[in-house]
Order: sequence, then C-alpha cells, then structure tokens
Amino acid sequence: MRHFIGKRAFASALSLIGLIVLVFFLSRLTGDPTALFLPLDASLESRERFRELHGLNDPIIVQFGHYVWDVLNLDFGDSIRKARPALEVVLSAFQWTLILALTTVFLVTVAAIIIGSLAAFYAGGVFDRIATFLSLIGASAPDFWIAIVAIVLFSVNLGWLPTSGTGTIWHWVMPIAVLFIRPFGLALQVVRGSMITALSSAYVKTARAKGVKASPIIFVHALRNALLPVITVIGDLAAGMLNGAVVVETIFGFPGVGKLMIDSILQRDFTVVLAAIMVSAMAIFLMNLLIDIAYSVLDPRIRY
Amino acid sequence: MSAHLLEVRDLSVEFHTVHGQVKAVQSVSFHLDPGETLVILGESGSGKSVSASAVMNLIDMPPGEITSGEVLYRGKSLLDMTGEERRAINGAKIAMIFQDPLAHLNPVYSVGWQIIEMMTTHGMPSDQAKQRAIELLLRVGIPDPESRMRAYPHQFSGGQRQRLMIAMALALKPDILIADEPTTALDVTVQAQILALLKELQAETGMGLLLITHDLGVVAEVADNVVVMNAGEIVESGPAGEVYANPQHPYTKRLIASAPGRGEMAEPVKAPGEPLLRLEGLSKSFGKFEALKDASLTVMPGEIVAIVGESGSGKSTLAKTLLRLEEPTSGEAFYKGRDLFKMSQKELFGMRRDIQMVFQDPTQSLNPRMSVYDLISEAWVIHPEILPKPKWRERVAELLGLVGLSPDHARRYPHQFSGGQRQRIAIARVLALEPKLVVCDEAVSALDVSIQAQVIDLLDGLRRDFGLSYIFIAHDLPVVRDFADRVVVMQGGRIVEEGTVRQIFEAPRNDYTRALLAASLDPDPEVQAKRRAARLELEVLRP
Amino acid sequence: MTDTDQIPDKALEKEPNAFAQMMRMLWHDKVALVAVIFLIIVAFCAIFGPWLLDAAATKQNLRGRNSPPFDMAKGWLFVLGGDALGRPLFARIIVAASNTIMVATGAVLCSMVIGSTLGLIAGYTKTRASQIILRLADVIMSFPSLLLAVIVLYMLSPSVTNIIIVLAITRIPIYLRTTRAEVLEIRERMFVQAARVMGASDMRIIFRHILPVVFPTLLTIATLDFAFVMLAESALSFLGIGIQPPEITWGLMVSQGRPYLTNAWWLSFWPGLAIILTTLSLNLVSNWMRIALDPVQRWRLEIKGKKQ
Repeated sequence: MRHFIGKRAFASALSLIGLIVLVFFLSRLTGDPTALFLPLDASLESRERFRELHGLNDPIIVQFGHYVWDVLNLDFGDSIRKARPALEVVLSAFQWTLILALTTVFLVTVAAIIIGSLAAFYAGGVFDRIATFLSLIGASAPDFWIAIVAIVLFSVNLGWLPTSGTGTIWHWVMPIAVLFIRPFGLALQVVRGSMITALSSAYVKTARAKGVKASPIIFVHALRNALLPVITVIGDLAAGMLNGAVVVETIFGFPGVGKLMIDSILQRDFTVVLAAIMVSAMAIFLMNLLIDIAYSVLDPRIRY
Repeated sequence: MSAHLLEVRDLSVEFHTVHGQVKAVQSVSFHLDPGETLVILGESGSGKSVSASAVMNLIDMPPGEITSGEVLYRGKSLLDMTGEERRAINGAKIAMIFQDPLAHLNPVYSVGWQIIEMMTTHGMPSDQAKQRAIELLLRVGIPDPESRMRAYPHQFSGGQRQRLMIAMALALKPDILIADEPTTALDVTVQAQILALLKELQAETGMGLLLITHDLGVVAEVADNVVVMNAGEIVESGPAGEVYANPQHPYTKRLIASAPGRGEMAEPVKAPGEPLLRLEGLSKSFGKFEALKDASLTVMPGEIVAIVGESGSGKSTLAKTLLRLEEPTSGEAFYKGRDLFKMSQKELFGMRRDIQMVFQDPTQSLNPRMSVYDLISEAWVIHPEILPKPKWRERVAELLGLVGLSPDHARRYPHQFSGGQRQRIAIARVLALEPKLVVCDEAVSALDVSIQAQVIDLLDGLRRDFGLSYIFIAHDLPVVRDFADRVVVMQGGRIVEEGTVRQIFEAPRNDYTRALLAASLDPDPEVQAKRRAARLELEVLRP
Repeated sequence: MTDTDQIPDKALEKEPNAFAQMMRMLWHDKVALVAVIFLIIVAFCAIFGPWLLDAAATKQNLRGRNSPPFDMAKGWLFVLGGDALGRPLFARIIVAASNTIMVATGAVLCSMVIGSTLGLIAGYTKTRASQIILRLADVIMSFPSLLLAVIVLYMLSPSVTNIIIVLAITRIPIYLRTTRAEVLEIRERMFVQAARVMGASDMRIIFRHILPVVFPTLLTIATLDFAFVMLAESALSFLGIGIQPPEITWGLMVSQGRPYLTNAWWLSFWPGLAIILTTLSLNLVSNWMRIALDPVQRWRLEIKGKKQ
C-alpha cells in the first residue's frame, strides 16, 4: 500500500510538472508576458519596469529556472489586484468551494445510489422510466441556463431566495441545487447501468436461491459490486467541482475558487490564476488517492 | 398415495427472444422422493436447466413466462405462493448449486460471510451460524476452516469453490438439493471427488438430489432415476440402468450410441521415414512460473497424437508455443527438418500455411462480424498464391460441402449457426490453407456429445482423404481413446507418460495416468458401479 | 451447458440486413425516433441556416427591440420574439446552430480519431510508446476539461479553431482509455489468435478484426460526448472566453440575454432550450444505441416493437 501511494505520488508529480511547464511556455511564448500580468491599459513605462523587476529580459531558460524555484517554494507572487500573497487569496476562496463541493457531492452520491439502484431493480417499470428520463434531462441541462432561470423564478418573481452572497443558509440553496442537477443526472445513469449488470450476475442468482430478501440483494449483494464504476464517475465529478464550479459561482456571486479564477482572468491577475491552478491540482491528487483507496476497500481482489 | 417431495406437473415455459416466442420447456413432468437422486440429462438447448430454475423462482420474467403447469413441494403449490413464502423455502428447504462457482459466489464478500448469511437469512442467530459454518467447511473438506472463513472466493481453487457452494447449500439441511452441471468446468479427478462428496452428504441427510447434466458418465455415477430431455420435452424417463441398457426413444438411442470410449482402439502406425514434427526440450516460463518443462515429442505424417492432461498441465501452452503465439523460453521444434523457432518472420509466414489450429470454442474463434465467405476466403487474402480470386467462390462452396454444410451458407454470419456447425466452418477455414498438420486445442470439448461424434468423424475422414496429421489436445479420455494413435499424458508442465493408445489405456505405467483413468466416468451404470466398488475397496485397504 | 441454453438457439434463421434491422428497431422506439428526427433538423439548420437566414438574423430593427414571443404581427421570424437590438430570435437561433454544431462536431471528430488511434497503439503494442501515451492521458485526465480550456483560451485567442483544439485535447483521454481497454480484451480473443495463426499481418488484424468490434462502443461514446462538448462550449461562450461576438453561438446568446432577464426572459430562455433539447436528444440516441448495438440486450427493443 505504501509502495502504491509512492507510485501515485510520483505519477501526480509528473502531471504537476507537465502542467507547470505548460503554463510557463504558454505564458511566455504566446506573445508579450506583460500583457498577461499587467492591466490592458498599462503604460509602456510600467511594462518596461515590470520586465526589469521580474527578469523578463533574461534568457528564457533563466526565467524558467526562477519560475520553477518560486513554484516549488509555493511562492506565486502577490496578487496585483488585492496586494496580498496570491496563495493566501486562493486558499481563502478555496474553503468556500470545499464546503460547496463536498455538500453537493455527498447529496449527489446518496441520491444517485438510492434512486439509481431502485431504478435498476425495477428496470423497465414506471419508476425506472421516470427516473431515467429525469436524469437524462438533468444530464442535458446547461447549468448556466438552469441558474438564470432559477434566479428569475425564485428570486425575481417569487422572491423566496437571495440571488447572491453567502450570508444565510438560504444563500446556499440555489448554488447547491443548480450544481447538483447535472452530476446527479450523470451519476444516476452510471449507477443504474452498473446495477443492472450486477443484478443480472450469477452471484445474485445464488442469493435469490438462498432466499435472501430483495433489499439486501440490491443494497448488499449487488451494490458493492456495482460501486466501482460509480466511484470513478463521482470522483471525476468531484474533481470538477473542487476546481470551482466556475459557472455557478460566477452567476451566484459565490466567493469560491471558480469565481476567483474567472475574475482574475478578466482582471489580468495572473499570479492568482497560477496559484489557483496549483492548489486545485493538489486537491485533485489527494482525491484521486482517496478514490484508489476506496477501490481496494470495496473490492478485495484489488490489492496495490 | 402420499405427496412426493417435489413434483413438477405439465410445466411449460416460454421465452421472448429476437426470433419471437420460444418454447424452452413443454409439458414437463417429473418427481423426486427423499433420498432419491434424479438426473435430468440433456444437451444444450434441451431446456434441462429451465425447469430447475422454475422450482427456485429464478426465471427472469420477462423475458420468461410460465405458461402452464404446477410445481409442488410436499404437495403445496410453489407457483401459487407469495414471494415471501417462496423465499422462506429457497435455501432452507430447497437449495441449489451451480456450474462455475467462481461466478456464483459474490466476489466482494468473504466466503464465511456468505455461508453465515444463508443461515441468518432464515433466522438463525449469528454466533450459532458462525459455529455451524466452521463445521460445514470442515465437513466439505476445506482445511483450516477458521482462518479460511475470512478468505474471498478468488483465493480458492475451482474444486474448493464448488465445495464452498455445497457447504452453503447444505447449511440448513434442506430436503432437496438441485445441482445444475455442478462438475462441468472441473477436472476429471476433481469431478469424481465432488460427486462422491454429494453422494456422501445425501446419505447423511437423506435429502433428494436433483442433478442436471449433459454427461452420460455423471448419470452412470450418481443417478437412481433419469429424465432425458430434448428440445424442451421429456423423451424418456426411468431407472438409470434400465434406460441405458434398453433405451426406447430414438433420441436416447442416438445419445447413448454417440457416447465416446467404446470404439476400436487404433493400432500403432508403422512409422516409415522422417517425422513431420519433432519437439526437443521445449520449455516456457511466465515470469517465475514454469508452464512447460522440457517437453519432447514427435508426430509422424498422417498420425494423430493426443495430448491429455488437466487444467494447468501445460498442454495449451505447448500448442501456443508450437504455433509461435507464445515465444518459447528454450527448446527446438523441427518441422520437416527446419527449426520453427529460428525462422524469420518471413519464413514463418510461409510456414503458417502448413501448421493450422482449430480452437476450442468456435463461437469465439470466428469473427462475429464476418460472413462465412469472408471467414473462409480470408485465408487466400493472406496467402494469395494458393488460389486466384475468380475461383474463390467456387472453392468456398466446395469446402463447405466437404465439411457437411451447404454452399448457400456462405452468405450467413456465425451467430446464425449452431455450435457444431460453427466448428465445421472453423475446420473449413483451416482446410482453405491446405495444411499438413492441424493442432486441435480442445476442439470438441465445448460441443454436445452427439455433435462431438460427428466432428470427430469429419476430422478422421479428412485425415484419410488429405493425409493430415493432428495434435489433438483434450481432457476427455474416452474421446482420445477412440480417435488417437498415440497419447501423451501431461501433468504440471511435464510429459509424464507417452505410448500407443492401447498401452496408455490398458497398461498405464504412471500413477497420474492411472488416477486419470480411474476418475473418468463410463456411460454404462454397471461399469461405473463396478469401478465405484473397486475404488471403495482401495480406500478401505489404504489405511 | 451454460446459462444461455435457457433459450434454444434457432440456427439458420433468415435475418434482414443490418441497416434495415436498425431502422425497424428505431421505428419501434418512438422516443429515440423523435430524438433522431430532431437531430436531423438541427443538423439541417447548422448546414443551411447561415446561408438562408444570415441577412434576417443580423438585420437590426429598433422597433422590434425585446419584442415578446408568439406575436406574429412582425412576421414569422419573430415567433420567438426579438433581441435587444430587435433582431428576430428564431432566425438567430437557427444561424447560431451552425457555430455551436461546428465546434462540437470538430472537437468530437478530432478527439475520436486521435484518441482511438492512440488507444489502438497503446492497447496493441507493448512498447515504451504505449506507456508514454498512457501517462499523457493521465496528465490530461487529472484536469477537468473546463478549467484547462479556460487557461488555454486565456492565453491564446478564442477563435473557433482554438476552441475546437482545446476541447478536442481535453476529450482525447476518454476515447484513448476506452479503445485501449477494449483492444486489450479483444486481442486476446480467439478469432484474433486464429487470424494470427493464419499469418495475418498486424494491420489486417487491427483494421479487419479489432476495429469493427470496437467501433460501436466508440460511436456510442461519441454521441454522448457530443452533448458534453456542446455544453462545455456553451459554458465557455457564456463566460465570455469562448467564441466572441459578432459570431454567435447558443451559449453566447444566453449570456447576451442575461442583462434583460427581469423584463425579457425569452432572450436567454429560447437558446437555452435549444441547447437542452439537442443534448437531450443526443443522450437519448446514445442510450438507444447502447442497447441496439448490443446483441445481448437487443431483444428489449424487438419485443417492444411486436406489441405495438
């Protein structure tokens, strides 16, 4: 197991290095770097001063060395807009995203597993058809559209829920609900498909021959076998959310990493963008590790 | 007259398929009494499993549908019971074991948990259930039961898994045990042990045993009474010995007649001149595992050499290495004097024509998306020098005729044929290359007995007409006895004995060969009864 | 001898050709049929829309500003209302279909061709190259596609080609992994071994024996992925880092309607509905294909047909 974690850490380190290199060369080789770091209306002098200060006139390989050194020391520089270390800005936004993402992933997992398992058990029946159709609509819905329709309906017309911010529990309802829909639709499809396979397997036949009741057959015998593909998908979805549900956070003015990233991009605050990328990448690495561990807990045949 | 333990009356089951309604079982009736062993004998598609599934409420509806009849357990109608009532009977009163125990045990729970669940489901307290589970494992011959309880199904051997299934099925001392092809995927020696265990347990508990099989040998070994099924209907039933000695229905007669193992044994070929193929010290390792150790053998032109052995004996590795599907670790293989293993890719390509292979399962060895014409003519696409394109159509028709199919089958796809017909197509494909040596890797073991005999006849005829040589890999001794000239016995990657058919079957020198022969089942119940007695005597004498 | 012997095989039964059979199954599944028809209409709009309605979609009409839907007085093009510059929404949606579908088609085709080719190589050969390919896929996979697209489009200009490239790159691993997994399994199947015993070349084995078996799976994934890519493109356009005005896409139209949400909901509603209906149809067709292309499950569709 320790060997496995080491191997994974090594693979992730490779991925991170790839990303670091990619970001560097994209930022240096596609035009004027000052255009990335400074506001669009910056004067020629301030651009030149910036070059001097950050060594942008050095040979590219020296610049790369400095850049890698800084990144390894978790020094991404200061946020130009907020005049604080970029990492600090990102981490304070990240905690909001973490709460939002974890709550949503938890709700998605529980709902998809229960409804998907029952739909698979009653495959072809009325419950299955309704669940499948709703999940298809959910998986097809563009979240930005759902979000603005929800705002028009619940905030503007009915006045039930606030449109943005994080003050009360009511502020969380719409972001979570909108963020919930598409992952729920996708996860439900996977649970259902995986459960149909598990329920038609030979070991379920054995359980039926043993006289086991329907609910243990579904939730004990079949579900644990069906969970592996489900975990993969939920992991992917969670990774997406950890990165900040860009669209939802932007629309609901939610102060998470996604909104921070888009704002920083629009305000040309490149240090923050870079820090956000690295923090997200680390979070995703940790989560992938958790998923691999979950695999080996669920299936005794998987040993690392 | 008091009620039977189990009675099936006039049962009919239909399935919805792509081809419309199919009658899987039609008006089937049979009954089982305590202590009795009833065997349902039939080939694939005969519907033999369906009636057992109906007893256990295991038929998926849809696509299945019970259209008539009743199933009575101690006189009570099972089909009229509620789901709850049937669950109470399943496992506790009527238990079932299956073919392929690996698939039928839940891979993610420990075997102990699964056996205990059988008892707790029917209301036994869990500590008591655990105690009983350990006893059961001990009884079915699993060593060190307390620690093995925590192991998972994939950590056991095939034979042990079936023992676990039996332990689980018998946990609550059921009145009836239904066994669906319980020994089909197992080696002969393991098969004999499992059947013996079932009979012992039956003697202890007095349960009724309903066993489903395609194998006349299993009938001869265990059956009191037998029901013969064909195409969804019962064609004959009665005491096993009587049905075998005096079959009434033409289907039963044909089935018994096609059982292998009683033909004339081949006399040794007077070997003139050079061998066609000579293997010298062939070895193959996969990592640390030695699959094949120092194997040597020769094949003369026109000779049939059988390689027999159980799973893991290295017989398939030998075939794959010979065909260079696997590269050997060491050794030489001279074909007409040239070493196959030292050939370049180009020389090897020419050699491919001469040495061909017929695989075990024609369903898998024929590409499902190619028509029969494409399948056979692919040989000439790859080796264009054999036949110019304008003659392909004519030759395909000719080859199909040769293997007993009709020329207009060329347009069809493999899934439109039965198993036996598919194997004929595979043979036609091999013949298209005009080979000298054909390796048959378990080429008839997936086929029904009656089909098996036909394919063997076909192979034999082709040898006579074209002077082919065969390497015939099989685990089924009776087939080998009828077909081969010489027999090579393998065990654990080594060749342990080699000789003419008569030497091997009548005067085996090696202990393992003797064990194999003793475990193989004869279709005649009387012969089998004698062997059983002899075996018992040996066991009594042993300690 | 196996479980399948519950259903006796009816050998040698006549079967119509594959295409006719697919059509018949489609006809019997009315939901899938409607989805397919809707997709054909969308494809038609995407191909001929700009050519037929470009003039009408760009012509500003100040009296038609934010005109409400279902008012036929200004002509049938205004059936879904007018936008903030008085351009007919109906015409604009049809014209916008072109960019939306083009980006999605381009991205899906590129990622499918590149991904499955790399997957074939990674699955069929056991060389170092296949290891490197897998590592690369892992790198791409570890970053959600939307984020990667945001970063790259921030640094490069958001042109149609760049968007196609970015979206294609993020989707390559899906095809790569699926193809590789299938190839690893199929290359061990007996019919591939049989071909090797006959002396078939690697090229022949890949193109004649492996690819035809993998293809239905790829097609099913591609349909599903088309929906995914469309949503991703729409989200990028909505965030303002996708395709830029005066070009239009459905996502951009939703974004442009956002300031008028309170008094003219239809500006954002209709293009959003177009996205939802198209992705829903794609999902439905993909679901149907998964069953129709699987010989084991096909009976479900066939039976439904018989009852109707």
